[in-house]
Amino acid sequence: MTAGLAIETRDLERRFGRFVAVDRITFDVREGEVFGFLGANGAGKTTAIRMLTGLLAPSGGQARVAGHDVYTESEIIKRQIGYMSQRFSLYEDLTVVENIQLYGGIYDLSNAQIRERTDAMLSQLGLTGAAREYVRAIPLGWRQKLAFSVALLHQPRIVFLDEPTSGVDPITRRQFWELIYAAAARGTTVFVTTHYMDEAEYCDRVSIMVAGRIGAIGTPAELKQQFGAATMDDVFVALARPAAETAGSGAAP
Amino acid sequence: MTAAVVVSGVLKRFGTTTALDGISCEIQAGELFGFIGPDGAGKTTLFRILATLLVPDRGTATVLGQDVVRGMWPLRSRIGYMAGRFSLYGDLSVEENLRFFASVFGTTLEQEHERIAPIYSQLEPFKDRRAAALSGGMKQKLALCCALVHRPELLLLDEPTTGVDAVSRREFWDLLGELTRGGLTTVVSTPYMDEADRCDRVALIQSGTLLAVDTPDAIARSFDRPLLGIRTSRHYQILQAVREYGHTHSVYPFGESLHYTDARQHAPADQIALELQTFLESQGIRDAQIAPIAASVEDTFMARMGATGAERPLSQ
Repeated sequence: MTAGLAIETRDLERRFGRFVAVDRITFDVREGEVFGFLGANGAGKTTAIRMLTGLLAPSGGQARVAGHDVYTESEIIKRQIGYMSQRFSLYEDLTVVENIQLYGGIYDLSNAQIRERTDAMLSQLGLTGAAREYVRAIPLGWRQKLAFSVALLHQPRIVFLDEPTSGVDPITRRQFWELIYAAAARGTTVFVTTHYMDEAEYCDRVSIMVAGRIGAIGTPAELKQQFGAATMDDVFVALARPAAETAGSGAAP
Repeated sequence: MTAAVVVSGVLKRFGTTTALDGISCEIQAGELFGFIGPDGAGKTTLFRILATLLVPDRGTATVLGQDVVRGMWPLRSRIGYMAGRFSLYGDLSVEENLRFFASVFGTTLEQEHERIAPIYSQLEPFKDRRAAALSGGMKQKLALCCALVHRPELLLLDEPTTGVDAVSRREFWDLLGELTRGGLTTVVSTPYMDEADRCDRVALIQSGTLLAVDTPDAIARSFDRPLLGIRTSRHYQILQAVREYGHTHSVYPFGESLHYTDARQHAPADQIALELQTFLESQGIRDAQIAPIAASVEDTFMARMGATGAERPLSQ
């Protein structure tokens, strides 16, 4: 692996039958970077993320995540990354502490490590008093912050966040981004998807997938300059509008 | 103007959770009206009450002149309701879904073709595709067609753009604009604050209460402090520095800039900007551009949330 790169892909491809969901994409993510992975619905983001997290074998090309090959070392990759999605992240019928213990166990942390990190996490989040509450009983915004911290429990080198702030109130959404900045400042690489275009501005670099390919990649400032756009929203629309005319056959079977 | 919807003191509890805490508002006929707020604010509960699917514990709601409880049966054919979750039949094709919903309301696709043509024309090339295989944006357009197929007088769309990409969201709002210009009263909910500007009037909703009901413009203008934009390439560093500044009332990242309000509510914006600039320079930050800016609906939402209490953990 090239030093300083958390993710490298070369002509990474995934086909479903005749349909090309991810069409030979090549890009790098640097260690400690906050990398925004954007694209229209059906552009191939989810398929790409499933390959990078070791859940789906590519049809062609290469990719290394945390220095490991996605074809032959997917089990190692799974241990070195964290993952959180908007749809599923914590078990609602377990308490806050039980969720932390469960994930700690899955990632082979010792009981002493789990205890120590649980205390640190709860006090950082201000959730110490809620340790024995069921997750379903705590507000959504706090659930999302807890889920993010749980995804970092085993101190992964890279954390994948799939629409982590969807539906979250505007203040909590910003507090969530401060947790992201703090994790990046500690050296964790953050790979994040979002439909909030203001959040694209908070990323160090952004890529925008269009119909299975990387349509553009760069810092928010570079992309706005390249497309002569005032905001990332305008950049996104300029790139994705032509591709949105199809029904988005990108829905994977 | 006549009121299409009158909500009066509606309260709804689920166990110990108060989903709606006695809310009141009116929606005029022909309006494109938005309920803007995060998940868990009570939007879906309110829409279910208006769609006659839930009965309020207290208070009343009148839709198209009929009480939602007593007038439940006649109302159902007069309103078009699109639920927040994708609620079409995934294993039926686009056309089969439409035919099904038309037949439930005693009509046919052929009879209603003209009405839904502006939207259905975009779906027609894919009419044989299974609904489950459509993209997010197309699914929403199909659901909108199904909600429109029986010529309702009022549309209730619960979070039609959630999880949909920015391009499809714009297209969907364009469609809603066209429908409203055609005279249809449309009530929409969304967690995306920037969509407020697409509505004639909006209600900001949080924790079962309405924070404000007005035009998006008036809500933005009701922001009651000077607001400064800090343009910078180093968000996180400046955010932390500004937190240490003695006069800070609030500072939040807002896209490419930070939005700042000062604790001295009535001080002139220019003076606040100058002093903040001086402070940042004393902290070694010289590239920040500070200028007074106009508040957005989202700024107002956050300010009012702050006043009534943002989501806090149970321990605090």
